Amino acid sequence: MCLSIPSKVVSIDTEQNSATVDTMGIQRTAGLDLMEEETVAIGDYVLLHIGFIMNKIDEEDALESLRVYQEILEKLDEEDRRQMVLDDDNCPVREAP
Amino acid sequence: MSSLELKDLYDGFRNPEVIKSFQKLIASEAEKLDRTVNIMEVCGGHTHTIMKYGLTQLLPENINFIHGPGCPVCIMPKERIDHAYTLAQQEDVILLTLGDMIKVPGSHGSLQDARAKGADVRYVYSPMDALKVAEENPTKKIIFFAIGFETTTPMSAALLDVVIKRNIKNIFFHINHVTVPEVMKELIDSRDEHVNSYDHRIDAFIGPSHVSVISGSKIYAVFPEQYHIPVVVAGFEPVDVMEAIYMMIKQFNEGRSDLEIQYKRLVTHEGNLKAQALIEKYFEKVDLFKWRGMGNVPNSGLKLRDAFAAYDAEVLYKEVLPYDEIDDHKLCICGDILRGFAKPQQCSVFGTACKPSSPLGSCMVSSEGACAAYYKYGNLL
Repeated sequence: MCLSIPSKVVSIDTEQNSATVDTMGIQRTAGLDLMEEETVAIGDYVLLHIGFIMNKIDEEDALESLRVYQEILEKLDEEDRRQMVLDDDNCPVREAP
Repeated sequence: MSSLELKDLYDGFRNPEVIKSFQKLIASEAEKLDRTVNIMEVCGGHTHTIMKYGLTQLLPENINFIHGPGCPVCIMPKERIDHAYTLAQQEDVILLTLGDMIKVPGSHGSLQDARAKGADVRYVYSPMDALKVAEENPTKKIIFFAIGFETTTPMSAALLDVVIKRNIKNIFFHINHVTVPEVMKELIDSRDEHVNSYDHRIDAFIGPSHVSVISGSKIYAVFPEQYHIPVVVAGFEPVDVMEAIYMMIKQFNEGRSDLEIQYKRLVTHEGNLKAQALIEKYFEKVDLFKWRGMGNVPNSGLKLRDAFAAYDAEVLYKEVLPYDEIDDHKLCICGDILRGFAKPQQCSVFGTACKPSSPLGSCMVSSEGACAAYYKYGNLL
């Protein structure tokens, strides 16, 4: 019910106050009734819910989150590698099996 | 990454490697906790994500989820479904509704059953579809059975706005919109002293995603400020939920109870002001709304303002609508599940007499209900 879908604005119909959006290849019409005039533009990422655009997706914030996740991945990878070296250093049995 | 692709908004927030990273980060933070913490995800969408992606299995034992009442279909009491059922059977009425609502049984049956008996009940994707139905059926009365939290309330308001501006005479509303902060307050306030132990108390809330897109995170300010309960507003993807839990555990370890937003790409403190203004223009609070499984919750429901009573099916059909109180099923423990006193699998009828195909209680009726999510993903049977 509350699940909404990220979509991309393909065109805008000012007369109908609606936009055509692309949701992973599927195009549909969404009302702009909940958005201030001229705040939504072609190419914007928006959240679609029961036939309405609820809000714009802040591209900078989305990219920032993805960047942070990448950093976390890299940091943990590095820690994992260090741990492997440490484990190897402390390995009690040196003979190959 | 320099520019955003649509697929990043899906894949980036479902990346299994990132989920695993947060699993490690949470595990190392959770080691510092001195007791088990109970985190309530208020919204059914989060319950669904948690179960679908098996997040409970990725978390340490000292983090416990309480699945909250945030499924608008689940919490609809039989009294209101009986209203819809009765309205659907009135002469020249076409009843429209959203979501799984059509499947949920009232005391005489579901709206699907009403349709089988000849009533004209239709499922619509959007409230705006009512305009087309009204145009195609000028001699019929189109009643929109409006359900949902703050997420869907502005869409009902937008439909009424168009109906008034275009002077459409055959669209009416039966309003069942409910609000989230009031039920969160009720969940805390209604706790007796004896159950307010570490085992059962709510230590933190994951704030709903799309309620917050509309209302802003400001609606939860009361919880950190007055109850000292942290709130982190999170998105619906599994990475969003894991990051929110990490933020929360850090709050516990740092002795903070703050209102934070993890879902920054869509939620601001103020929310969508135009949508809020639409809600304010057409709706007002009702003193009590009965939530299925929870009972009466003060100030948690909305109705059309008196100035718009001409569009209110509840006013127009007052003489024929039933007003009897109906108790929840005796064996159903949904109220205890929503309050965190029990898990779905502890219910004696879970998966046996009560299934998604034949639900006895509210938590099983929609896919976003806690019992339905456990039934589908829990591998418990």
